[in-house]
Amino acid sequence: MFAVLGLFALFAPFLTLAANRIVAGEGIPVWAVAAPEVTGPGLIAIALSLVLSLPAALPKLRLIGAALGIVALVWLLMQGSETLLQGAGTYARVSLGSGFWFLFAILLLLAADALSYLAPGPLTRGVLLIGTIAALVLILWSGALTDLSIFKEYASRQDAFFDAAGRHLGLAFGSLAVAAVIGFPLGVLSHRNETMRSAVLPILSFLQTIPSLAMFGIMIPILAWVGTTVPGARELGVAGIGFLPAFLALVIYSLLPVVANTVAGLEAAPPAAMDAARGMGMTRNQRLLQVQLPLGLPVMLAGIRIVLVQNIGLAVIAGLIGGGGFGTFVFQGLNQTATDLILLGALPTVALALVSAITMDILVELAQPNTTRHQ
Amino acid sequence: MIEIDNITKIYEGRPAVDAVSMTIESATITAIVGTSGSGKSTLLRMINRLVEPTSGEVRINGEPTTGMAKNALRRRIGYAIQGHGLFPHHTVARNIGAVPRLLGWDKAKIQDRVDELLDLFSMPPEEFRSRYPAELSGGQQQRVGVARALASRPDLLLMDEPFGALDPIIRTRAQADLHRIQRTLGSTILLVTHDMEEAIQLGDQVAVMDQGRLVQHGTPAEIISNPATDFVAEMVGGVDRPLRLLSLLPISDILEDGAAEGEPIDEKTNLREALSACLWSGRDSVPVERNGALIGHVTLKAIRSRAEGSHELG
Repeated sequence: MFAVLGLFALFAPFLTLAANRIVAGEGIPVWAVAAPEVTGPGLIAIALSLVLSLPAALPKLRLIGAALGIVALVWLLMQGSETLLQGAGTYARVSLGSGFWFLFAILLLLAADALSYLAPGPLTRGVLLIGTIAALVLILWSGALTDLSIFKEYASRQDAFFDAAGRHLGLAFGSLAVAAVIGFPLGVLSHRNETMRSAVLPILSFLQTIPSLAMFGIMIPILAWVGTTVPGARELGVAGIGFLPAFLALVIYSLLPVVANTVAGLEAAPPAAMDAARGMGMTRNQRLLQVQLPLGLPVMLAGIRIVLVQNIGLAVIAGLIGGGGFGTFVFQGLNQTATDLILLGALPTVALALVSAITMDILVELAQPNTTRHQ
Repeated sequence: MIEIDNITKIYEGRPAVDAVSMTIESATITAIVGTSGSGKSTLLRMINRLVEPTSGEVRINGEPTTGMAKNALRRRIGYAIQGHGLFPHHTVARNIGAVPRLLGWDKAKIQDRVDELLDLFSMPPEEFRSRYPAELSGGQQQRVGVARALASRPDLLLMDEPFGALDPIIRTRAQADLHRIQRTLGSTILLVTHDMEEAIQLGDQVAVMDQGRLVQHGTPAEIISNPATDFVAEMVGGVDRPLRLLSLLPISDILEDGAAEGEPIDEKTNLREALSACLWSGRDSVPVERNGALIGHVTLKAIRSRAEGSHELG
């Protein structure tokens, strides 16, 4: 089915050519982006990759096919963007068309499907992930795609891009770290104390349901008031807008998954084993460190995974209130109706979330305690 | 010697354990038997202070447990429970060595002790040491659970329905193993069960609990032949009582000189098996052997008089 969809996608506009960065471009099918002797091999490679995806019983072949298809796509982008820009004017822009996105999505799905059939171990997955990132960095570094509009957007704000990346990572990982430092002890206390649990979890669930924009709305007047009335607060960066309110909002959103998964993780140890541990004279901390933590770690890490992926996505909204991060480009792009500027913010965010999710999945699997000798 | 002195636990105004006193002699097995809700597990858990008594005290060799630090007390007392409670992420050796590790024994000493216990439970150490609980059968898991409870040579071993999760055949073997090991090590064991058969088979003393009170405490023979209340009589079971009593009596009680026809039975068995041998082969008497040599015989008449005698006592 994917192969048929892929064939249809070949007829959709692969790239679009526009006179400048704002106006809507004209769609160009994949066979017309460059001379036939260039597009020919690329098209054949894509068709071949779609054919390779057909034999269900051979997941390795399907994976190789998908990889071949993606290489062919990148090759066509490189050739096409260069050719189309020749003689098209100084302000002309080449952007990615619907045909490219369809093909790209289909090939990624094919690769993911083949991978799930192969079910590689955590180490193999780690190697694959690093390999993919290395290939991506190499392509970007080589400058092969600099003719694409999104890279022109990048080239004109290179410093701002790395600044935003740093901010984004700071928001997502920093808020996670703070949430973990607060949430883990809170989870342990909630696990030990029934009254505390019945108070903490509903409050955090309630906070979680506040829409992110409303959360900023609440945060802005409160922090603005603190910034103006508490002496020295302004010097520490407390203000209604900027990094701090965004950071605090992310911390608040992170608490529920961290606390709830800590509690669930601590309860993962079999009740009989806990009774035995108490009966043999283990102290509360010995039970926590020797029994509950090793058995509950995968569940707790799964909580961290939820928070990390959620925060990388939510941190985009920080761009709205001057908190920095990739959201800055997204909202600038929205204001200027410059699609490629939006993509400059959105694509790294998606890539970051994906890499984090896969890395955390690997860690969760590695954290599984041994319960048999051969694993 | 363990003395339980007038111990009471009140939950929400109602006594779960009501003024229970009893003395457990060293190197014996005492089986506490009762229905669910009789307070037998609560009584057991008050001894290692998993449950704090509302009043009364427990003394171990004269020393009141309330004067000791809780965890230090628990490390002196073995604790084995239904469903074994092994740590799923630790190997057999690590599970068994848990309490010695808490007590700070050195590694070599722990390893020697683990191997010694595995041998004692007929589990070859080199084969079982590094297995995980999930890789053992139910009976093996239970044995590791008991071995873990015995690892630090505790003053007392508490067992809460230790065989509850086992199927009947494995259960009988586990009971026999426990009996043998208790005799070998001279351990003091307090065992909670809802099964009167198990209590009679294992206990040197049987304590029957009903609604938080200790209603009778005595040898299995006393409990069977002379139940103190209707509840105890019901627990002991009407028709099976003579058979249960015979199962407690050794052959030597009624051994007579002289020979008899047919297949001999071993001296170490009990009168219930002698009766069974008589009935099955239609004989009035069966020869008895010791280590393969004939030493006399028992008669059906003598067995019958013992069973009747017990009835008169009741």
